[in-house]
Amino acid sequence: MTATARAAEPRPRFDVARVRRDFPALSQDVHEHPLVYLDSAATALKPQAVIDAVVRSMSRDSANVSRGVHTLSQRATLAFEAAREKVAGFLNAREAAEVVFVRGTTEALNLVANVLGGTRLGTDDEVLITELEHHSNLVPWQMACERTGARLVVAPVTEAGEVTVDAVADKLSKRTKIVAIAHVSNTLGTVLPVKQIAKLAHERGAVVVVDGAQAAPHLSVDVQDLDVDFYAVSGHKVYGPTGIGVLYGKRELFAELPPWQGGGSMIHSVSFEKTTYKGLPERFEAGTPDISGAIGFGAAIDYLAGFDRDGLVAHEHDLLTYGMHALEAVPGLRLIGRAPGKIGVISFVVEGIHPHDLGTLVDAKGVAIRTGHHCTQPLMQRYSVPATARASLGMYNTREDIDRLVDALLAAKELFR
Amino acid sequence: MDVRELYQELILDHGRRPRNFRFPDGANQSAEGKNPLCGDHVIVKAVLHDGVVEDVGFQGSGCAICTAAASTMTEVVKGKSRGEVDAIFHTFHDVVTGKVPPDPEELGKLAAFAGLSEFPMRVKCATLAWHTLEAALDHKPEAVTTE
Repeated sequence: MTATARAAEPRPRFDVARVRRDFPALSQDVHEHPLVYLDSAATALKPQAVIDAVVRSMSRDSANVSRGVHTLSQRATLAFEAAREKVAGFLNAREAAEVVFVRGTTEALNLVANVLGGTRLGTDDEVLITELEHHSNLVPWQMACERTGARLVVAPVTEAGEVTVDAVADKLSKRTKIVAIAHVSNTLGTVLPVKQIAKLAHERGAVVVVDGAQAAPHLSVDVQDLDVDFYAVSGHKVYGPTGIGVLYGKRELFAELPPWQGGGSMIHSVSFEKTTYKGLPERFEAGTPDISGAIGFGAAIDYLAGFDRDGLVAHEHDLLTYGMHALEAVPGLRLIGRAPGKIGVISFVVEGIHPHDLGTLVDAKGVAIRTGHHCTQPLMQRYSVPATARASLGMYNTREDIDRLVDALLAAKELFR
Repeated sequence: MDVRELYQELILDHGRRPRNFRFPDGANQSAEGKNPLCGDHVIVKAVLHDGVVEDVGFQGSGCAICTAAASTMTEVVKGKSRGEVDAIFHTFHDVVTGKVPPDPEELGKLAAFAGLSEFPMRVKCATLAWHTLEAALDHKPEAVTTE
């Protein structure tokens, strides 16, 4: 075979049928219908490789980390630290020590709001967020403002669901000390212009914190290219276990911050008179971590790395485009959030049927979607809806899944006629 | 499982066209119920004289189950004493949570909600208006929630 002939061969297609076989949860019926799982933005299903890694960790290397010299402890410690390296690579952090294991994005954002808020915020300072933030990137900052006398400032979203660089620039002031934004909206799928916002914020001397929970499953995240200061992700949104996530922080900022929780692992030396603390990452990891969770998170990253990223992105883009068109064709259905370049989620309301009735009605057809305010109550008010239905995509979804959702919606409309 | 056992015609009808969807004149009892997680919201107002619910109505927005439960509740409790309201709610609660089978003679149109016992996540929708009515009759000022 000549070099030319090889180059002409099509790129190996993303093989969704093969992917689906890797996810045991997909091979079950719900209410006598094969499961259609369209709720990956709430939590993604787990591939067998992740499940196996967690089981192996618990059944073989079941020891605490960084505490003993015995063999099992060494194995557990090596596997745990290897997982940290994998997450650091996944986010393109400069070093693994910039990655701190936490329970998830919510804990990561609470950690940074506490320690950063405590050192950076004073009376009349400002924390800038956006109107589409998940409560986990809103409430911790509100609490930090209450403690410090700082003010919460909110950049608006457009009707389409975008947050423009101009909208953020308008709200930046000399008093802005922290800019905390989502990378991708969990309710609308909007991708925020994080890199441009970070540049603007840094010009004003503000620290940039990003909620990356919904971006990590769909985008190649590069914290150095984005040039953000802190970036939070959850393992379970990227096909890993629940209960584990990370807070990435630039060393020069992160290492200067005071500890958050005190306890084992995070100390250098302790006496009744004085305790000294370790540096990154242990400084922020008091207590025994979720060891098997971290190892499972690492296994999820390995699993994702086994795919051609462009093929995966193209597959999800095709599904989103197909899904938007198919849902829009349902009479009385209104899409909420149509920002160009959006990813991952499709929110909608159907005239005459409350989202919760929709959720129950499509579940009866074996279709799992999320209904509610998606932890974005201010955004619901922005669009004057009490709640929405949300179909969110994972790598295992197919056009047939979308068709099943549409059929279930049409059946619901028939019942509510 | 057939979802039609939950969404019976009576529930769909009351969900679409709720009865007593207004505040009664001379209401002397009022309470608010809110389930922020799902967005269900009802305000129940009643006229209570000599321990009898002479009139009752509600306003708000919610899913079909929530609206239909509020609507049927206002029909059923009108003219009942406080003690009778409690007893009906108690039975209704036991039926929607699957503790006892429905007795259509005792429950009347409320028996249509028996299908909820298969949908534990939705019980809170059906009981919101009832808890709100109880709060109104008890003069409880704080908003009610069943989440």
